[in-house]
Amino acid sequence: MAYHKLLPRQYMVLALVSLCAPLGDSCLSRGMTSLPAISLAHPATLIAAVFTPWIAVGIALLIGFFASYLTALSWADLTFVLPATALGNVVVALIARFWLNEPISLERWAGIVLITVGVGFVARGPSLTERTAPEASTPAEAGEPALGREQAR
Amino acid sequence: MTIPYSAVQTGPWAAVAMIAAIVLTSTAGEVLTAGAMKSVGDLDEIRAHSGLKGAIHAVLTCPLFFAGVTFLALSFFSLLFALNHLNLSLVAPASASLTLVTNAVAAKVFLKENVDRRRWTSAVLVCIGVYFLAH
Repeated sequence: MAYHKLLPRQYMVLALVSLCAPLGDSCLSRGMTSLPAISLAHPATLIAAVFTPWIAVGIALLIGFFASYLTALSWADLTFVLPATALGNVVVALIARFWLNEPISLERWAGIVLITVGVGFVARGPSLTERTAPEASTPAEAGEPALGREQAR
Repeated sequence: MTIPYSAVQTGPWAAVAMIAAIVLTSTAGEVLTAGAMKSVGDLDEIRAHSGLKGAIHAVLTCPLFFAGVTFLALSFFSLLFALNHLNLSLVAPASASLTLVTNAVAAKVFLKENVDRRRWTSAVLVCIGVYFLAH
């Protein structure tokens, strides 16, 4: 079975996935908690929140996350990429502690260690599921050639 | 007299409903998006052959991608709504932890990914870690 080892630039993409999401979430949290409580009876206020500065910066960071995430999904399995995104929770905990001044306990440090070990565990395995025959119908339906799948092997 | 937003209490079932909405829409969105990207192919290679415009065109002409984005948008607004009522340190880890499990199951069932012992172990470790982070 072929072993799909990642290139350095692909690790960089995964690092962007891990960093942009927690930074974006933190900006969203900062923006949303500074707003009055929003109810489902007034959904327009939720749309208006998108144009406030913290929410806008958060959205920009999440766009960066999404671009990196899509790139990673094009050459790696979803179950390989997702643990990498979980590293973001470690970053969230650190940001919550040092930026939002939320407390961080010993349990949370244990969580940070477990997530890091879990991510390291899956990172040592193959990044892409080996398939014996290419799925010819799917790219054709999409109207694009499946360039990367064969070249990634 | 208006009640300060910080004094508004969110019940446990409301919190569960908010987090469940994020998890379900996020799982549907991520599985659809992953399926779309697999059908498109390696974006790095497409960009090398056709440039950035070619890569963007390849993504934007995939119908499955828009189905995924629709669900991810629903997940995003569910997250915004939840963040307005709950702490980031609860919402982010809880939704991420549950999404990891539901995504692993969905990836195995719908994307036919090889979710082997290593990946399940990793998922469990990360889930427990995220649980600890939430407390």
